[in-house]
Amino acid sequence: MQQLVAYTVIGLTTGAIYALASSGLVVTYVTSGVFNIAHGAIGMIAAFCYWQVRFEWGWPAPAALIAILGVLCPVLGLAIDRVALRGLAQATEVTRLTATVALMAAFIGVAAWVWPPENRQPFRGFFEGNNVSVVGVNVGWNKIIALIAAVAVALGLRVLLYGTRLGIQMRAVVDNRNLAELNGARPARIASASWALGASLAGLAGVLLAAEVQLNIVPLTLLVINAYAAAIFGRLKSLPLTFLGAMALGLSEAYLLWGQGQSWFPETIGGFSTSGLRQATPTIFLFILLMLLPQAKLRAGAARVRERSVIPQWNTAILGVVVLIIGSVAVTGMLTRSNTIYMIQALIMALAVVSLVPLTGYAGLVSLAPLTFAGIGAVLMSKMPGDGNVLSLIAVVLIVASIGALVALPALRLEGIYLALATGAFALLVSILVFNQGKIFANGVAEVPPLRIPGVHLSQPRPKAIFLSITFAVVGLGLVALRRSALGRRFVAMKDSPLAGATLGMNLVRTKAMAFAISAAIASLAGALDAGKVAPDNYAFDRSLPILLLAIVGGIGSIGGAFFGGMLLGLNTVLASIVPSISNITRVTPGLIGLSMGRNPNGTSHQIATAFRPVTRHPLSLVIALSGAGTLWLLVVLDVVSHWGFFAALVVWGLGIVPNLPMLTIISGRPRTLCLSIAAVGMGVASFFDDVFDAAPTGGRLLAVIILFVVVGNAIRRVHTPAEPTSTSSPDLVGLTAFTAQELSKSDRAIKVVL
Amino acid sequence: MTTPHEPILELKNISASYDAISVLHDVNITVQRGEVVALLGPNGAGKSTVLKVASALMRPTRGSISIAGLDLTGAAASELARLGVCTIPEGRGVFPNLTVHENLQMAVRKGLPISVVQDRAFARFPILAERRTQLAGTLSGGQQQMLSLARGLATEPVLLMLDEMSMGLAPLVVADLYEQVKVIAAEGVSVLVVEQFARTVLGIADTAVVMSHGRVRFAGNAREVDEATLSSAYLGTKEADE
Amino acid sequence: MTALLEVRSVAVRFGGVMALSGVDLDVQEATITGLIGPNGAGKTTLFNVICGIRQPTSGVIMLDDIEINRIATQKRSALGIGRTFQRLELFTTLSVFDNVLVAAELAGVNDPRAVAHEQLLLLGLADRADIIAGELPTGSARLLEVARALASHPRLLLLDEPASGLDDAETQQLSVLLRQLKSLGITVLLVEHDMSLIMSVCDQIHVLNLGSVIASGTPDQIQHNPEVIDAYLGAVR
Repeated sequence: MQQLVAYTVIGLTTGAIYALASSGLVVTYVTSGVFNIAHGAIGMIAAFCYWQVRFEWGWPAPAALIAILGVLCPVLGLAIDRVALRGLAQATEVTRLTATVALMAAFIGVAAWVWPPENRQPFRGFFEGNNVSVVGVNVGWNKIIALIAAVAVALGLRVLLYGTRLGIQMRAVVDNRNLAELNGARPARIASASWALGASLAGLAGVLLAAEVQLNIVPLTLLVINAYAAAIFGRLKSLPLTFLGAMALGLSEAYLLWGQGQSWFPETIGGFSTSGLRQATPTIFLFILLMLLPQAKLRAGAARVRERSVIPQWNTAILGVVVLIIGSVAVTGMLTRSNTIYMIQALIMALAVVSLVPLTGYAGLVSLAPLTFAGIGAVLMSKMPGDGNVLSLIAVVLIVASIGALVALPALRLEGIYLALATGAFALLVSILVFNQGKIFANGVAEVPPLRIPGVHLSQPRPKAIFLSITFAVVGLGLVALRRSALGRRFVAMKDSPLAGATLGMNLVRTKAMAFAISAAIASLAGALDAGKVAPDNYAFDRSLPILLLAIVGGIGSIGGAFFGGMLLGLNTVLASIVPSISNITRVTPGLIGLSMGRNPNGTSHQIATAFRPVTRHPLSLVIALSGAGTLWLLVVLDVVSHWGFFAALVVWGLGIVPNLPMLTIISGRPRTLCLSIAAVGMGVASFFDDVFDAAPTGGRLLAVIILFVVVGNAIRRVHTPAEPTSTSSPDLVGLTAFTAQELSKSDRAIKVVL
Repeated sequence: MTTPHEPILELKNISASYDAISVLHDVNITVQRGEVVALLGPNGAGKSTVLKVASALMRPTRGSISIAGLDLTGAAASELARLGVCTIPEGRGVFPNLTVHENLQMAVRKGLPISVVQDRAFARFPILAERRTQLAGTLSGGQQQMLSLARGLATEPVLLMLDEMSMGLAPLVVADLYEQVKVIAAEGVSVLVVEQFARTVLGIADTAVVMSHGRVRFAGNAREVDEATLSSAYLGTKEADE
Repeated sequence: MTALLEVRSVAVRFGGVMALSGVDLDVQEATITGLIGPNGAGKTTLFNVICGIRQPTSGVIMLDDIEINRIATQKRSALGIGRTFQRLELFTTLSVFDNVLVAAELAGVNDPRAVAHEQLLLLGLADRADIIAGELPTGSARLLEVARALASHPRLLLLDEPASGLDDAETQQLSVLLRQLKSLGITVLLVEHDMSLIMSVCDQIHVLNLGSVIASGTPDQIQHNPEVIDAYLGAVR
C-alpha cells in the first residue's frame, strides 16, 4: 500500500511536468494555429541553457531561472514566430508542419554541437538531496516544485485567459480572428505573446524534466510526445482536460513502473519482452487517442497547393539514369575503399528519401516514419531464409509494403497534422517495443546478408555502390512511370482536392493505403540492401526527421531532388572526414534550410535549376563555368589536388559560384553579393571553430551558433523579402536581353539556400 | 442633417480579386458625415467584398481608401478599428465562446474603461444586462446582433459599417434592428449598410448604391430607387414587363 | 415526365442552426432546373447532401425512385451524379488535360484519353490542354470543372455558380453549352446568381429561402411571384 502511494505521488509529479509542457503547446496552437513539433526541443534547449548558467557558470538558481524562463525562452518563442513562421500563415498545413520539424532538427543539431555528450556534467534538481515526507513517502524537492508549478500555471493561465484583457483577446482571436481584428485586436502580436508564453512553459517543463532524466537530447525532445498526448486528450482546446490527460499519463507511467517490479507482471508477452512498455506509454497513449479521433470530414476550399508538380519526362529521366550509372562507375573508380562505403551510405539515404516522393510529393501525405520501414526491411532481410536470395528480397519488399498499408489503414481516417503524428507515434512504438527486443536485434546488432546475384560480389564496396546506383535508377524510373500512370495522377488529384476526388468516385482510403504501401516498399529497399551489421539506432525516430526535411527541401515531387537530398545527408559523414568540425554545421543546416521552406515551396532542386538557367543563356558565364570545371579536372590529373579536394572544390564551384556568374560578371558591388560572401566566409570560419574552441568550449560554441543563426536568419529574411526590382539591364551588355532582374534575384536566392 | 462635402469614407477606383477571380471593378463609393448609405444588389454582386476592403480585411488590387480625409490604403484592420471605424461583419459579429461581458471587454481601450462600455451598451440594449454572464453563442440571433452593435457603438465610432445584418433572421427581428440603426444615425454616426433585402433598408437610407457583377450600377438619392430597377437587378425581370 | 431526383423533407442542422428545414423538390429528367435564393438560403448545403458530402439530419434523397442516403460519396459518381464547386476544387497542380483524364479514369470509361479530349473540345479548352490547371483564369477554370464533371458521363449534373467570374462571352458560351447538355439528355441542377442566365436557360426554378422551398415554377412564374420578390427584396415595411 505504502508503495502504491509512493508511485501515485511519482505519477502525479511526472504528470505535472507533462501538464506544463502540454499547456504551453495548447496555448500556442489555439492562438497561432501552428502545431509546434519543436515544443519539446525548446524545452530541451532551455534545460541545457539552464544547466549552463546554473552549474557551469555557477549562477544562483533564481537568477538562472529568470534568465532562462523569463528572458531566453520568450525571446526564442518570439524569434520562432517572427522569423520562421510569420511567412507561413497562408501556407499549407504540410509546409507549416515541416517548418516546425525543421526547427526541431535544428535545435537537436545545436544542442549536440554546443554541448557534446562528453562535456555534460550531472544536472541537479532543485534542493537536490533534501527530501520531504509526503504521507510517509520521501519525495524530492524537484518533484514537489513540479507539482506546485503545475498548480500555479493552471491557476495563472485561468486568470490570464479569463481575467485579463490580453487573455480575452487571445480567446477572441481563437473564436474569430477577423472579428477580433475588426475590434482593434492585433492577432499577430497576440500570437507572438502566446509563442513567448508557450516557449517559457516548454522551458519550465524541460528544466524540471532534466532533473529527472538528466541532459539527454532525445528524451527531452520527445517530451513533445507526452505533451501531444495530453493536448489531444484535451482535443487541443480544453486546458482542464489537457491537465487531466497529463496527470492520467503520468499516473499510468508510474503504475506501470510499479507493476514491472511485481512478481505477477509478465516479463514477456508472446515471447516479446515488456521492458520497453513504460517508455512507450506516452506513445501508446497518443496512438490510441489519435485512433479515437472522429473520421476527418471532407472540407471544401482546403488550402490551395502552391507547389508545382512537374510531370517527369522520359527523356530527362533516362538521361539522368545514364549519367547516374556512368557517374557511379567513374567516381567509385576514383574513391578509396572507405570513401566508397560513405558513398554507399549516401545512396542508401537517397533511397530512403526517394521513398517519400510518391507519398509526400505525389499524394501529399506526411510520414515521420520512413526509416522505420527501412528498419523493418533490414530486420526481415536478416531473418529471411535464403541468405540474400533475390526471392527473399522480393518477399521482404512485399511484406513491408503490406505492413505499410496495414499500419496506414487505421491512421487514414486522420489528415494533416494528426496523420503525421500517428506515423511518428508508429515509428516510436516500433523503435521502443520491437527494435529493442533481444530477439530482433541480437545484442543490438543484426546482420543483413548481401544480396546474391550470380557473378557479382555485392559484399565488395565498389560493386555494391554501383548496384545501389542501379537500384536507385530503377526505382527512379519506376516512380516516373508511376507519376505518368493513372494511379500517379490519382495521387496528385487527391493531394490537390480530396473533395473533388471523392465526388468523382475516388476511394480515398484505398488511394492513401496504396501510397503508403509503395512508399514503404521503397523504404524497405533502403534497409534490405544495406548489407552488413546494422543497429536499431540506424532507424531511430529522430533520424527520420532529416529524411523528411531533405526530401522536402530537395523538392518533394522530384526524384532528382530526392537524390540530391539523400546525397547531402549521406555526404555529411564524408565532409566530416575531411574537415571534422564541418559535421556540426551540416547537422544544423538541414533544419535551417527547412526553415526557408515557406519562401521556397518548390524545393531546392527546383531553385537550383532556376539558378542555372541564366548561366546557360549567358555565353560568357557558360565559358567561365566550363573552363573552371576543366581546370579543376586538370588539377586532379596533375595530382595537385586529391580526389576529395576535387570533389569539394567542384561542389563549391558548381553550386556556389557558377549560378552567380552572370551576376558577378555583369552587376558587381551589389549588397546582396556582399551578403553572400559574408555568409560564405562565415561558414568557412565556422568550420574551423573546434580548434579555436579548445580554450572556451561551450561559450564559444554558443557564440558560433548565434552567429550562424544570425547569418542564415538574415539570408532567409532576404529570401523572404523580394528584392527591389532592379532596373532592367541595359541592352549594350552582351547576351543580357534574355534574362531579367527577376531571374537574377531568383538565382541569388537559390544560392543562399544552397549555402 | 447631411453636411455635404465632408466625406467620412471614400473608396476610390477600387478593384479587388480573390486569387484569380476578380470581384470588384473600379468601384467608387463615398459616405458623407451623418449620412446613411445603403449598398444594395443581388448576391454575388460584390457588396460584402466592398465592406471587406473598406474595413481593411482585404487588400484591394487597385484604388485607395480614405477615412475622414486620411489616406489609409494598406493600413491594418485593427488600426482602422482604433481610428473609429466599427465594422460588423456578415453573420454574427460576436465571439461565441466569450461571455457577453467578455465580448464587451473587447471594446475596452485607453481612456475607455469597461464600466463605461457596459453602461453605454446596457443603456442601448437593456436585455444584454440580464445576459451578462451568458456565452454569446447561446444568445438568440437578434440578441447577438444587438451585442455586436452595442459593443461597436460603445467606442463612439465615426463610421459604422454593417454587413447583411438580416442574414438568417426573422423579418420582425430585422425590422427591430434597423429601427435601432435609424436611432444610431440620428445620433450623428455615418452608416454604410450592406443589405440584400433592399426594401428593408431603403426606408432608413439617405443614399443608395446598387451594385451588380462587381460594378456600381446606380448611386444616388435613396428615394429615386424604384421597385422596377430593383427587381430587374435582382431577378432579371425586364423593365418592360412592369 | 419522370423525376430523376427527388428530395423529400430534407433537413440539415448545424449545431443549433437549421440550414435546411424540410426541403421538398423534384428535378425532372433531361431538364435544366434552377435553384435560386438569397445568400445563406442553403443551396450549397443541399448540393452537399445530394452528393453525400453531408448527411441530412432527416429526410430522403431519391435517385430514380431509389433511396441513396446511405451510399458513400465516392459511389454516387457511379450512380450518375456529377458536380462542380462554388469555390473551385480543381486539381490545381495537374494539367488541364489530366484533370479531365483523372475523372474519366475514375469513372472507368473505355479509352479515357479520348473521352477527356472530347470533353475539352466540347468546353473549348482543347487548345489549353497542357496548361497547369492552377494557372487558368477563373472563367476557364469554371469551364474546366464542368468538363471534368462531364467526363464521368453523369446523368445528373449539379452546377454550383458556374457563371461567377465568367465574362459576358463566356457566360454566353455556358448558356449554349447548358442547352446542348440538355439535348444530350443530361439533367442539370443549376445554382446561379446570374438571373438573366437562370431565367433564359431554366425549364423549372425552385426558390430556397431560410432553408425551405418558398416557390417552384417556370422562370416567368418565379419572376412575378410576390413571395419571391419579398424574399429577395425584403418585406415591404
